[in-house]
Amino acid sequence: MAKFGTLDRRAAVKRLLDQPGELLIVTGLGSPGYDAFAAGDHDGSFYLWGAMGGAAMMGLGLALAQPKRPVLVLTGDGEQLMGLGGLATIATKRPKNLSVVALDNGHYGETGMQLSHSGLGVDIHRMAEAAGFAAAREIANLEEIDAYRAEIRSIGGGPRYATIRIAPGNPPRALPNRDGVFLKNRFRAHLGLPVT
Amino acid sequence: MDATVDTTTENWPDAIYRVLKDADVRQACYVPDAGHTRLINRLIADPDVEATVLTTEEEGIPIAAGAWLGGQRTVLLMQSSGVGNTINMLSLMATCRFPFLTIVTMRGEWAEFNPWQVPMGAATERSLEMMGVRCMRVDKAEDVEETVSAAAALAYEADQQIAVILSQRLLGRKKWVEK
Repeated sequence: MAKFGTLDRRAAVKRLLDQPGELLIVTGLGSPGYDAFAAGDHDGSFYLWGAMGGAAMMGLGLALAQPKRPVLVLTGDGEQLMGLGGLATIATKRPKNLSVVALDNGHYGETGMQLSHSGLGVDIHRMAEAAGFAAAREIANLEEIDAYRAEIRSIGGGPRYATIRIAPGNPPRALPNRDGVFLKNRFRAHLGLPVT
Repeated sequence: MDATVDTTTENWPDAIYRVLKDADVRQACYVPDAGHTRLINRLIADPDVEATVLTTEEEGIPIAAGAWLGGQRTVLLMQSSGVGNTINMLSLMATCRFPFLTIVTMRGEWAEFNPWQVPMGAATERSLEMMGVRCMRVDKAEDVEETVSAAAALAYEADQQIAVILSQRLLGRKKWVEK
């Protein structure tokens, strides 16, 4: 049976991303990027505006390249559903510093709130668990988010996957910069890497 | 194989490996392919390279982008059929001008036995070019090293998206039936 959450997505993401510290963030296209931007822009955040299905893989490449920094992929159920094979790929690499968090409202919010596979009953975090993620769980309230907030800032214990059950609905858009070259160079400068 | 052929003919995967090492490539993504077997095995055996097997070639594109964000260079190894799996994801590399190097082994173009390989083989280079990836084709073993080296420079130093196309003639006929 599909489970729809009650958490307000903006409140949930604000709690999760508060004081990013060492965290490096990649957001999947659509609402998760708006949520992250609304919670506070950060030079160590890279907002995808396309590349659907690629957010977790971008997090994997980053986590392997930066093993001493915690990496968070913040995406949605629909985006992750397009890259399910990537859960297996992450599981083979076992990056301890990678967390993939899907804000799951069971719907495709950007395109008219059509039901997603999650909304039709598929538990994506259980697929991550079956693939071999070190930790995979559901989160349904703000208290659990507060505890998870500390976990995703550690560079051990991953790869971890979480489904955050949020309420369906679209808050007003908060639009991050969509110049990919700017975002790329800003991110690399944040890590002290050369920018060409 | 003709005895007069330069010995480098059989060693071109080693030449590619050397070029990738000289270019400080630290991540290698691949979907297994017979033509890339030797190179894949050398990359897996290298403790300084993170070799990642993919479920589909598409995954290698954002991995390369994420690795670059984190300061590492990546190569994607695939067969021509896999190019078709990467198309929309290549938008990421063009839009953000991420360095991208892929080495593609061709099927469906030279002494091909399997008709199912032909349509994508015929569309491989045009598909990549339509998505902003420049193709550098290699037909002779003696050209492999220099071409991959030039491609690596264009990708990692000039932020270009480059595919080295290893022709099926270079790879040799696939033996379908043991005689």
